[in-house]
Amino acid sequence: MLGSIYGLIAVGYTMVYGIIGMVNFAHGDIYMISAYVTAIVLAVCFAFGFNAVFLPLLIALLLAVVITALYGWVIERVAYRPLRGSGRLAPMISAIGMSLVLQNYVQISQGARSQGVPTLIDGNLTFGRGEDVIQISHTQCLIIVVAIIGMAALTLIIAKTSLGRACRATQQDMTMASILGVNVDRTIAWVFVIGAAMAAMAGVLVSLNYGTFDFYIGFVAGIKAFTAAVLGGIGSLPGAMLGGIVLGLCEALFSGLINTDYKDVFAFSILVLVLIFKPSGLLGKPEIEKV
Amino acid sequence: MSRPLLRETLLTFFVALVIFLPITGFILKGYDYQLAWLRPLLLAIIVACGRLVLLLCRRRSAAMGGWLAGAKSRLAAPLQLLTAQQRHLSYALPAVLLLMPLMVNEYWLTVLISVFIYILLGMGLNIVVGLAGLLDLGFVAFYAVGAYSYALGAQYLGLGFWTALPFAMGLAACCGVLLGFPVLRMHGDYLAIVTLGFGEIIRLVLNNWLEFTGGPNGVQAPAPTFLGLEFAPTATQGGRPLHEFLGVDYAIAYRYTFIYLLSLLVVCGTVFFFNRLKKMPLGRSWEALREDEIACRSLGLNHVTIKLSAFSMGAMIAGMAGVFFAAWQGFINPTSFTFFESALILCIVVLGGGGSTGGVIAAAVVITLLPEILREFSDFRLILFGGLMVVMMIWKPRGFVVAKRQQFEQAE
Repeated sequence: MLGSIYGLIAVGYTMVYGIIGMVNFAHGDIYMISAYVTAIVLAVCFAFGFNAVFLPLLIALLLAVVITALYGWVIERVAYRPLRGSGRLAPMISAIGMSLVLQNYVQISQGARSQGVPTLIDGNLTFGRGEDVIQISHTQCLIIVVAIIGMAALTLIIAKTSLGRACRATQQDMTMASILGVNVDRTIAWVFVIGAAMAAMAGVLVSLNYGTFDFYIGFVAGIKAFTAAVLGGIGSLPGAMLGGIVLGLCEALFSGLINTDYKDVFAFSILVLVLIFKPSGLLGKPEIEKV
Repeated sequence: MSRPLLRETLLTFFVALVIFLPITGFILKGYDYQLAWLRPLLLAIIVACGRLVLLLCRRRSAAMGGWLAGAKSRLAAPLQLLTAQQRHLSYALPAVLLLMPLMVNEYWLTVLISVFIYILLGMGLNIVVGLAGLLDLGFVAFYAVGAYSYALGAQYLGLGFWTALPFAMGLAACCGVLLGFPVLRMHGDYLAIVTLGFGEIIRLVLNNWLEFTGGPNGVQAPAPTFLGLEFAPTATQGGRPLHEFLGVDYAIAYRYTFIYLLSLLVVCGTVFFFNRLKKMPLGRSWEALREDEIACRSLGLNHVTIKLSAFSMGAMIAGMAGVFFAAWQGFINPTSFTFFESALILCIVVLGGGGSTGGVIAAAVVITLLPEILREFSDFRLILFGGLMVVMMIWKPRGFVVAKRQQFEQAE
């Protein structure tokens, strides 16, 4: 469950890294913005008297995805496009700056307190009989369903549409793709939009599940999603999803069996260990440096 | 106004409006909200105007270029004077700073101490990022190691300030090597993420290991000593406080003055050390490694020792800064060592221009003094820093002071 959230965010990292070879530090904060947009849309919906469950939820999901995707586009346009082809350090520092800007922009305009979303869907699915029951709340079911739909849609886009073809071509060889008539700038912008939209879905789902969030959630979620992307093999889409699920499971097991306080330490340690021993991840191709 | 210009401006306006509307227009109050229509509108207008001005500037870039060149030539004369006087300046400035405690009050003294600490941190990171080109996002970990090894060393081992200083520096350097070993093969983004993870691991351990570090409650750090005389209101363990020795009343200003003078000395030493290091073979091989690792290795430079020495030296300076921080504050807890602190130090190096000494010092001064001066705008401080990092990368990616490359000077 948590794993599918990490997977959704990790997709954004993996796509951006695959195409322009850069870690988008502001990606976690995009997810945070989506959580805020959800809460705001829901609050407005309730104020206007939409008390049914699914209509506001659908509106919130749609609006959050659209607005957050727009954020992704603008960030790419403002902070990364001018830096294309200027080494690796510059876009990275620019991304860290952007992440600081987004966090504090939300903090200033919404206040530092953590915010909440009312519980929309309650009830549980119960499996098993007698003492040994497994309960999964309806919200968690929704998370899994939406995550699967999102991933399926993404896979379809990448595999079938002309945009997906352009993405794959740009990923393989940017210069060659542009010579052959692919609009590279536009493709990269679309990659940012898609990544932001996936992160937006994750943001909506998380705010529904936990009910509270603050302006700082993006940082930790961002690092963990990056861990998931690296674990699965950076640049590979199914890898990102797999990595997310593996990381989510490991973390849940660790906090359940050993210690809750150190679960973040555990996640970061996985990141460090994977990068040291198997930098290409579970499903990735090793990176060969050409001279 | 021509039509494409108008269209571009309007487009910017609408995009900005859509972006700002949800976050700034509706303020969440519990499950309810409050409208603030004016804020997104104002922001969008500002952004659109900015875009218009930028477009106009680009159109007239030829004229602007001429004006800029004129301004540059007008600035050149005083700048040349400054560089000619640099030698004198570098002697005069410490002398003036040495007399500072007599002239300013306690508040400014503490501000200056924090400036010195940030200069030290900036210099340390400058070795790692500026010279060796290894992007380290967890630099604050070494700072934390330094500060905690002083505080915990005093608590458990009974170390004093002067024993703790080399101990903390050594420990931080060891941590640097420890981090350096596994990341030898990585570069660029992976390195940044691993160091970021390392920094967070250190902070989380400090926060969660209640029995040893005191967790979020922090630990007390003892006052520093000078020739066995303590800078504390009452002496501990048979020592003698300074004010009794001198026969004056106790004041915390003595402690601040002492730390101020000591850190001034250390900063001068570090700057000297750094400038020498840059000219030494080690410094040059750092820069060579930054430019092209493969070429370096094929020319027979040992990249392992070069990288590890960069990490450990940067960490050592950060550990020293940590000891000063702990001695100055008298109390430390993990909230002083968050990722934000690492980003701030990186910001100092980036603004100052990687590899340059003067630039980093100037940036540290500006970044520490700015929030003190702009107290009312303290909320906007971080957003300003973040924006500055983006703008700097686009506009002047090498920083305000471009470091001069070491060159072989021709014999006259």
